[in-house]
Amino acid sequence: MTPMTNDSLAELAGKAASQTPVEPRLSLQHITKRYPGVVANDDVSLSVMPGEIHAVLGENGAGKSTLMKIIYGTVQADGGQLMWNGRETVVANPAAARALGIGMVFQHFSLFETLTVTENIALALDAPFDLKALAVRVKSVSEKYGLPLDPYRLVHSLSVGERQRVEIVRCLLQDPQLLILDEPTSVLTPQAVRKLFETLRQLASEGVSILYISHKLHEIKDLCDSATVMRGGRVTGHANPKQETTGSLARMMIGRDLPVCQSPDYTGNNNCALEVRNLSATSIDPFGVSLQDISLRVQRGEVVGIAGISGNGQAELLAVLSGEQTVGNDAVLLDDVPVGKLDAGQRRDLGLAFVPEERLGRGAVPAMSLANNAMLTAHRQAGMKHYGLLNYAATREFAKRCIERFDVRCNGAQSAARSLSGGNLQKFIVGREIMQSPKAMIVAQPTWGVDVGASAFLRQTLIDLSRSGVGVLVISEELDELFEICDRIAVLSEGKLSPAMPKEQTNAESIGLLMAGKAEKEVA
Amino acid sequence: MPLLEPRANPSVVMQWAAPLIAIGLTLLVGALLFYSLHVSPLKAFYVFFIEPLETSNGWSELVLKASPLILIAQGLALGFRARIYNIGAEGQLLVGAICASGVAIYSNGAETWWVLPGMVIAGAIGGAFWGAIPAWLKTHFNAEETLTTLMLTYVATLLLSWLVSVPWRDPDGSNFPQSIMFNDSALFTLLFDGLRINTSVFITIAAVLIFWVFVSRSFTAFQISVGGQAPAAAHYAGFSSRKTVWLSLVISGLTAGIAGAGEVAGPVGQLTLSLSPGYGYAAIIVAWVGRLHPLGIVLSGILMAMIYIGGDAGQVSLQLPSAITGLFQGMLLFFLLGADAFVNYRLKRRKPRALIKEATA
Repeated sequence: MTPMTNDSLAELAGKAASQTPVEPRLSLQHITKRYPGVVANDDVSLSVMPGEIHAVLGENGAGKSTLMKIIYGTVQADGGQLMWNGRETVVANPAAARALGIGMVFQHFSLFETLTVTENIALALDAPFDLKALAVRVKSVSEKYGLPLDPYRLVHSLSVGERQRVEIVRCLLQDPQLLILDEPTSVLTPQAVRKLFETLRQLASEGVSILYISHKLHEIKDLCDSATVMRGGRVTGHANPKQETTGSLARMMIGRDLPVCQSPDYTGNNNCALEVRNLSATSIDPFGVSLQDISLRVQRGEVVGIAGISGNGQAELLAVLSGEQTVGNDAVLLDDVPVGKLDAGQRRDLGLAFVPEERLGRGAVPAMSLANNAMLTAHRQAGMKHYGLLNYAATREFAKRCIERFDVRCNGAQSAARSLSGGNLQKFIVGREIMQSPKAMIVAQPTWGVDVGASAFLRQTLIDLSRSGVGVLVISEELDELFEICDRIAVLSEGKLSPAMPKEQTNAESIGLLMAGKAEKEVA
Repeated sequence: MPLLEPRANPSVVMQWAAPLIAIGLTLLVGALLFYSLHVSPLKAFYVFFIEPLETSNGWSELVLKASPLILIAQGLALGFRARIYNIGAEGQLLVGAICASGVAIYSNGAETWWVLPGMVIAGAIGGAFWGAIPAWLKTHFNAEETLTTLMLTYVATLLLSWLVSVPWRDPDGSNFPQSIMFNDSALFTLLFDGLRINTSVFITIAAVLIFWVFVSRSFTAFQISVGGQAPAAAHYAGFSSRKTVWLSLVISGLTAGIAGAGEVAGPVGQLTLSLSPGYGYAAIIVAWVGRLHPLGIVLSGILMAMIYIGGDAGQVSLQLPSAITGLFQGMLLFFLLGADAFVNYRLKRRKPRALIKEATA
């Protein structure tokens, strides 16, 4: 190669004129990371070329996040090598990673709600800055990449999609050579996902390498040039996703075909199990969303889904439905009985069951045994307590039955809730609630952070529960999941609920439009 | 770089080893301290921990001091499980003592059976009331109970000081700030002639048993510990956090109040300014060292009583300053809190050599 071509190729790649473009931007060799009791990364190797969009595909617990943390310097590997632009490098901490040109957009944002966009970005800069000049740069960079942002807006007034833009722009300001995105679409509408993909393709065309972490197969097929598939901490394959089918990618990811749920017809009585009538409620959280005139009916025998991005009133609606926040008595009806003024315990007495989004700390007490965690809601079952004293034998028996019936993998009823994986704990909590024979059951994010096998089991369990004559309400950010299990789907956006449509009469596209609140339509 | 990293599971071994490590370190540092004061550590420990137990009087004093500590710590531990930090048991003890003394003073001369039970009940109500004030402040104004309970202790001290100086001062007491000496119907019966140990110890024994059953088996105690460990889970389950606040503070006030009644109707025998050598504060340490467990508290209460008695003996036999008692109490808590960190954390393992080399290269 002559120096001339070398230079022009480097120009094409956009940055770093001194490097040979054939060299991988990042190459991991035999990375190993052990945690007590688990090998998170076992001999993992992958490489990313300049301008390549590389997917890291795997289900929850496959070791993707650990690997990214090693690249970004928040975790140190126990063994293996990291080559950056052809040179062996140790990334000691995130500041060192940013200095190298590695940017990361986390799944959960780290923004201060009371500060402006520019102030938030300034906080992450390692070098001295001038706020005014920075605001100008924020504006120009955000517009250049189709991520429009007002630098002076306060973060609490931004939609989730806009907050993600802040995180991305924050990375772009540091001229990254490698951008890592961890499950970036979990908070986006289908339309916003398309816009994000345009931005990422533009960045790639300028030579930025992108590591895209996801478990969503169709997104990876759509966006990525190559993929590394992980399972149980090991690499199970490298593939070109455009040449694979979702089925073949799924087999690499979970080792078998994707399970499919069955929704049989329901013929029993379809009285109203749970009803919300003209509910308006102010949020207790100063940055929360107030609920505006919400009406909803969930009948026995059906699964109703509420789609929408978290932060649009989901937490507030759940608190009102579960009884953690009380409202006017006639705003919430359980089996035609007004319960709006009753607290969570009293509503459970009347046959309401609830599975919250946070499993550890809310649905279960982390350090307590499963047997004790069963008591959290099952204490009202017959034989659980006499004269205020607990019957521990009955508790253990209940927990054991729950473990067997719902296939909870654990070391018995005495194992601590926090020792279980997310999926198994969720099976236990869902099982505990189902075993109270509820009339209506509310489930928030049923499969969040749960592996594919357990997700399928949980989804089928919820469908079967509804077909036994229970009204089931599911609140989820995962549209695919709602379309798989629900009979009717409504959308909660900015505290307002759209009418619940039978799923045959709607599709992801129109649900996505409803999900995108006013804020995102303005900039779209 | 942080030295500690979180453990996957809390260490059960460390949970029970931590108090032993704390005791060991306290003795070690105590030995160094004695050494620097030119006192032979061996002799000092003999005076502190062995000599007092060589006489029946020593054993009597040990039980007499351990009893209120254990009683108060039982109540405090219940609140600590709920993360309700009542650090004003001293004040609740004083108000309990005041109310009990009120019964004794106004019934003076009445040689009837109900005076002593009346004193205990009045003490319990007084202590519970003094605990109920911070509970009300917390549930209505979200006032931090650590501050309100502590401040109410100063109020109780001043109240006591006024009572013994003005309305309840013994007219024949040569102007000393103290009440009349109570007569026998207002005093617990001595168990043995010539020893100060009295029947109030049975109240403590009963309390230990009641708390043991309550903590290990009752649904209310389960709700309290859920509220302490995971407030959101308690909220989710519909357990009332207000009920937890009220129960924790009222019950811990109640046990402290009974302990106060036990002091004025026991070894002190009257209402005076110096009726408690800081039992209310020491009981906080007793509760923690006893791992908030009703039986663990019995052991730690006895240990704390030994420190009290040993401190007295050290002052007499070795001319050590009186601060020595507080010093030992403080070291015990200090080392316990330090050792407790290792229940949920462990020392970070060193990185593999290869990576260190690369990092420095």
